[in-house]
This record gives sequence, structure tokens and C-alpha cells, in this order.
Amino acid sequence: MQDIHREIFHRALYPEFFRMVFVVLLISYSGFTCADSIAKGDMSPTSARQQELFDFVRQDCGSCHGLLFEGGLGPPLMPVALKNKSAESLRDAIWYGRGTMMPPWSPFLSEAETDWIVQMLLKGLP
Amino acid sequence: MRSYQILTLFLALISMAGCATPAQRGTGDLGVIIERATGSIQVVDTSHHTRLGRITGLGDLSHASINYSRDARYAFVFGRDGAMTKVDLLEMRIVNRVMQSGNSIGGAISQDGKLVAGANYVPGGIKIFNSETLALVADIPAIDQTGKSSKVVGLVDAPGNRFVFSLLEAGEIWSVDMHGPGKPVVTKFQNIGREPYDAMITADGRYYLAGLFGEDGLALLDMWNLDAGVKRVMNGYGKGEQKLPVYKMPHLEGWAATGNELLVPAVGRHEVLVVEQGKWTEAGRIAVHGQPVFVVARPDNRQVWVNFAFPDNDTVQVIDVPSRKIVKTLKPGKGVMHMEFTPRGEQIWVSVRDEDRVEVYDSETFEKIAVLPADKPSGIFFTYRAHRTGL
Repeated sequence: MQDIHREIFHRALYPEFFRMVFVVLLISYSGFTCADSIAKGDMSPTSARQQELFDFVRQDCGSCHGLLFEGGLGPPLMPVALKNKSAESLRDAIWYGRGTMMPPWSPFLSEAETDWIVQMLLKGLP
Repeated sequence: MRSYQILTLFLALISMAGCATPAQRGTGDLGVIIERATGSIQVVDTSHHTRLGRITGLGDLSHASINYSRDARYAFVFGRDGAMTKVDLLEMRIVNRVMQSGNSIGGAISQDGKLVAGANYVPGGIKIFNSETLALVADIPAIDQTGKSSKVVGLVDAPGNRFVFSLLEAGEIWSVDMHGPGKPVVTKFQNIGREPYDAMITADGRYYLAGLFGEDGLALLDMWNLDAGVKRVMNGYGKGEQKLPVYKMPHLEGWAATGNELLVPAVGRHEVLVVEQGKWTEAGRIAVHGQPVFVVARPDNRQVWVNFAFPDNDTVQVIDVPSRKIVKTLKPGKGVMHMEFTPRGEQIWVSVRDEDRVEVYDSETFEKIAVLPADKPSGIFFTYRAHRTGL
């Protein structure tokens, strides 16, 4: 009884379709940024790591900046909000923190990974 | 047992069919799990560890929080996008929804249950609504003396039908008296300390405490004696030590008031602070696994459960209050977001965001009793909150 009950919900509630769309978007997206960081002579994040970084940016950055990056405790990070910022200043903000509530993330990210995140933010998350 | 399960299945089926017949049941063992990425919530039954259904279309639920109506039937869900959604737990549907601001952080329900207030970042301030109709009753922008808008944090209800909240940028605490029939009476306390980031009120509704990010210490307001103003307490805490960067702001709603002591998360440190209530001095520190986010007391105050900021957010620790020792370290999985005790504390529900599940533990044996699937779960809110000041 219990299992049937759960199964009904599970099927009704978990559309695999959206996951597939997400993965396809992510893959199509990653082509651009890979090329970008390779051009700089850095190691680009592997695709598994890219998935991790994507989740990290969405969820953990999203804790303060909003899941959709429309802002919260921290300022909005949508492309339109970042259009007057250079990639370098964004990289520094992530890497060193800003002397505000924004902490430095350098203990957890390589420079190439930080660049990858900056490019993703400037382009807008898929 | 069996007949109950048939009943829940029936309830689920009728709700999925969109039928609006309320089931004959109480709500005292119900709760809500926030699914932050999908903008949905699950209604759960804490007696049977079952999911009764899902309600979608609630918008951006990153940092969502919930208050319950006095009859514990309706949940007021505050989303990041500024929406307040009133949800019927029995009929499992959205009853009403208002966009009350551009960016919201949480809410509170008044002592008499007739008013529900939202705390907003953009534009900064609170809005107070009739809890039945969601009609706007009062709009109180958080504009400081210099004319600048502040983000509002730490909104709670207090006895006397008051709402109390803090202004992040301005460093102020405001108390709004909604007792009379006329306009809200706002009492402002200025220069309370730099950057209050969250606040809580003790369970008896007497002491409002705001945590400060911009400096060490806490700001304390005695609701029994507003004339005494806001006092700075725990001033010395952390002085002379190197501050660590903070990877997730602590949440103070869960500050554990354990009789004579208050256990609070230290900002940026791998410590839980023990504060002596009344004297408001530090009575000790407990070294923990990471930067604490929630510090939650079991209803009997014997234990305190702690979760942690990134990158230690795969861990939960249990502090035995009398001995101040860590008696258990659990590893539920990556992204432990929130913990909620059942009304009398025999079990605790833990949301594990990155694993897409909620785990239920026995709080005595620490045995895992149940696992429920959930899509990127964050906050867990049970209906006992309907009758607790400050929740």
C-alpha cells in the first residue's frame, strides 16, 4: 500500500523531461566557455566539474543573490545587472571577496574555474 | 493504521484530480517542505512520514519561509520574488497570492492571527496584510533618517500585537504596534550596531536579539521595557581574533533558548556560543565542525542540532546541552539546508538539498527512520509554529 502510494507521487512529480532539457542546455553551453579558457592556456573544468560548478553557482551563490540571480542579500547577477562590470572585476570579486558580506571563494575554486563562472554569469545562466 | 493510509491516498487522489472537498482531519501533524529550485512545496504528514501532495506555481523559493495561520490550516509562503502565497494544506491548493514587493526575505503572523506581515529587501520595508483576505492594511517603508532605504531582516511578531524588525543598512530596530484600531504606531531605535543581518525573539516574546555582521556583539531589545532602548550585549565576543569569511549567513530564527542559556551561531567561526540569559554574557563556546547556520533546540532543550555553511554543509552535529559536548556527528549528504523537530521532538527532519531528499532521524538513537524524495529541498516547516511566538 505504502509503496504504491509513493510510486504514484514519484511518477507524477518527477518529470524527467525537464532534467533532460537542463542537461542539453548545459552541454550546448559549455562548448563556448571551454574554448575560452583553453585559449588562455588554462585547464578548463572537466564536464563533471562543470556540472558541479553550475550547481554551486545556482544553489550556493543563489543563497544570497537569488536562485534566478535577481538579487537578495547580495546584488543581482543577471547579465543586465553586470553589463558595466569587467570580467576582471567580477573575477576579483569572486576570488577575493569584496570586503562586504561577500566572502573570498579562492579556497574552493581555481582561477580557470573562476573565469568559467564569470563567463557563465556574463552570458546568463541557461 | 491501514485505514489511515487509505485515507491519505484518498486525500492525495482527490487533490490531484483538482477536487476541492476538504478531508476530515486535523492539521497538527502536517508540515511543508520547500522545494527551492522548482518553486513548489510538498505537504507532508509527520506521523506517517508520507507526502500528501505537491503544490506548484509559487515562484522563486530561494530563501523561502513560511508562517502558519492561527488555525494551522493555511501556510503563508514568502518567496524571494516578493510574492506571498496563501496555501490551504487540506485542500492542497493556492487560496490567494499577492506580489507584495520586488524581493522578500520572510514574514510573520500577529499575536491575534489577523495580520500577516512580509519583510522586504526591495523596496525595503514591511507590508502588513489581513490574513484572511490578504488586503493591504499597512505599508511601512524602511527609510532611515538620511532618506535611504534599508533591507529589512529579522521580522518577528511580539506580544501586544506588535511586529519587530531590523534595518540592515541603517542599523536600526523598529517595533510596530498594531494593537489599536488606528494607524500603526512605529517606535524606532537607532544606532543599534552595524549591519544587523537577522534576529530572533525568545519563545516568551520578551527579548528581541539581532545578530550584527558589521561588528562583534548582539543588539538586545527588552519588549517589556522599550524605554530602556536597545542594549549592546556580548560586546567583547570575538575581539582580537582574525575574522573568518562567512560562506553562509547564520539564521537566527532557530537560536536555541535552553532555559537559562541561549546557544547562538558565531559569525564566521567554527563555534556555537553559549550566552547566559538575563546577564547576556558569554558563558562558554562549543567547538563545532564548521560555520554554524542553524542552531536548533529540541523542544525539551536537552539537545541542540547544528548544521553548517559551505563547504561543511554535508554534516549535522548534536550537542548535549548539560555537558556541552558533541554527542553525535551525522553525514546526511551534501547541502543540508534545514532541520525541523516534530512538535514534541522525538524525531527531526533534515533537508539534504543536493541529494534531493529529506531524512527523518530518531532524536534519541540517531537512527534514520525514513527518507522522502524532494526536489532540492530547503526549509521544513511544521504546523506547531502556528502557536509559537516569533515563528
